[in-house]
Amino acid sequence: MTTIFGIPLQAFLGQLLIGLINGSFYALLSLGLAIIFGLLRVINFAHGAQYMLGAFAAWLLLSYFGIGYWPALILAPLLVGLLGAVIERTMLRRLYSLDPLYGLLFTFGLALTVEGTFRYLYGASGQPYATPALLTGGTNLGFMFLPVYRGWVIAFSLAVCLGTWLVIEKTKLGSYLRAATENPVLVQSFGINVPFLLTLTYGLGAALAALAGVLAAPIYQVSPLMGSNIIIIVFAVVVVGGMGSIMGAIITGYMLGVAEGLTKVFYPEASNIVIFVIMAIVLLLRPAGLFGRDA
Amino acid sequence: MTLTLELEKQKERSPVVAQTIFLGVGLVLLLLAPLFFYPVFLMKILCFALFACAFNLLLGYTGLLSFGHAAFFGGAAYFTAHVVKEWGVPPELGILVGVVGAALLGAVIGFFAIRRQGIYFAMITLALAQMFYFFCLQAEFTHGEDGIQSVPRGHLFGFIDLSQSTNMYYFVLAVFVIGIAIIWRIINSPFGMILKSIRENETRAISLGYSVRNYKLAAFVMSAALTGLAGGVKALVFQFATLTDVGWQMSGEVILMTLLGGIGTLIGPLFGAGLVVTLENYLATSEFPVTIVTGLVFMACVLLFRRGIVGEFYNSRLGRKLGFEHRHKH
Repeated sequence: MTTIFGIPLQAFLGQLLIGLINGSFYALLSLGLAIIFGLLRVINFAHGAQYMLGAFAAWLLLSYFGIGYWPALILAPLLVGLLGAVIERTMLRRLYSLDPLYGLLFTFGLALTVEGTFRYLYGASGQPYATPALLTGGTNLGFMFLPVYRGWVIAFSLAVCLGTWLVIEKTKLGSYLRAATENPVLVQSFGINVPFLLTLTYGLGAALAALAGVLAAPIYQVSPLMGSNIIIIVFAVVVVGGMGSIMGAIITGYMLGVAEGLTKVFYPEASNIVIFVIMAIVLLLRPAGLFGRDA
Repeated sequence: MTLTLELEKQKERSPVVAQTIFLGVGLVLLLLAPLFFYPVFLMKILCFALFACAFNLLLGYTGLLSFGHAAFFGGAAYFTAHVVKEWGVPPELGILVGVVGAALLGAVIGFFAIRRQGIYFAMITLALAQMFYFFCLQAEFTHGEDGIQSVPRGHLFGFIDLSQSTNMYYFVLAVFVIGIAIIWRIINSPFGMILKSIRENETRAISLGYSVRNYKLAAFVMSAALTGLAGGVKALVFQFATLTDVGWQMSGEVILMTLLGGIGTLIGPLFGAGLVVTLENYLATSEFPVTIVTGLVFMACVLLFRRGIVGEFYNSRLGRKLGFEHRHKH
């Protein structure tokens, strides 16, 4: 059997794959966090809850309305995005003039409420969500066995990340967003509806989180706690990457996912803290983060 | 000139009188409280109140939002419980071990966290505290999911039997009063003034020549040590230390207590802790999950009354008349 550093190649590649999958979710979530923070100056603690809501929306659509994975992939982010827009319009908006910490505290309260509600309604244990028929099974790549769904998650989330990056960097809407990030007052004086842009951005961020949730549903169990487990790691990812750059958030997400997967191969005990250790090291060497602009 | 001086003196005198009366009445109420309430319930409030006051030293007076204070609270609980149960040290020494342990932990986490400001500071403390949580989950001495159970309360100074709940209550009350006195002393010292100047305008504090980093770290370690005091005492009150006290939910809870009572007020967190603990005890008997209520209270606090209960009182007409004017920026 082929080995790498004394580890069977199969195990090595298997963990690398899991790392890439986790990295996909980290990238999607930290991307949304970075977009929201860029424009709203709010750290969206409810991001994990919105991820969980996306997974639950897919599960509820299937269980109660018989709506399958593919429509849910569009419907769930739309629903959660709308909910996010409503929350921004009615509540979050009042906090922009205050210290950014209040935005963090508000969204933390929101996350607790949403999570508590779902735990009350559906219990703490997870609900299984079947892999869509089109993506079941796997292919033998010769050196390893790749479940089709996992390959799909990596490819699709990469596409979404790059698509979002293209929208922000290359389109007119994206240029408005970037301009409003730099100087909202000036942009508004040019006749661009900045408050609407803010609502749109929060909705978009929430929808991205929900999309990640739908993608995660067939891999992990759909559980009310899935959001709070991942959000703290994503915060560490965001600290490592620095929130100044969209591409930085994406790259850091994948990198840290892979780092976590590889740690599982070489030193399993440390796998759930490795991202925090990397964060500490980055803070020592480059306090502004790998891609950060603001110190 | 003399007239204005005289007026200022009068202005200063009346609040001191009013505040002393309030303080006296509060102390008497706390001394008599075990006659009317279940002592363990009161001790729980006092432990969390001290925890919240220690947290407030950082948030309210230095302007740093730590999202990782559970590490110091739960960590100290583990340290105290371990040395008291396994090594058989007396309770006062056990609590001291908790305090020192929490202070060391605070020095490490603070060292990394003060490298960034504002929102990043909150995220870093949260992440590092979560790392400590995973450590507690896997370490041997914490006994994982079971926690450290049936910790003996022992004899204070060798002759006061703490297994009697009345004795324990007055011990906890004494620790609480000492803790509050230390915090009061810190925030009213020149050191505390510099902390407040960092809160109000960090850049200016730097340009005035203060090494802001060192002050922040010192405040962080002090806050962690006092939090450890609360955590160590709590381990003796309940006679166990578990993962609940190191989880991120606990960090959120202490923020809520402080916010609800009044950020930047000395005794606000006491009221916040009292309310949250009462609410939790009340809801514990029903099926309704506590997190929904705490989440809603959180949102309401942030949206509607950011000054908190005590802060709003200070700013009310009566509060102003009594000379409690509250000058914290929001």
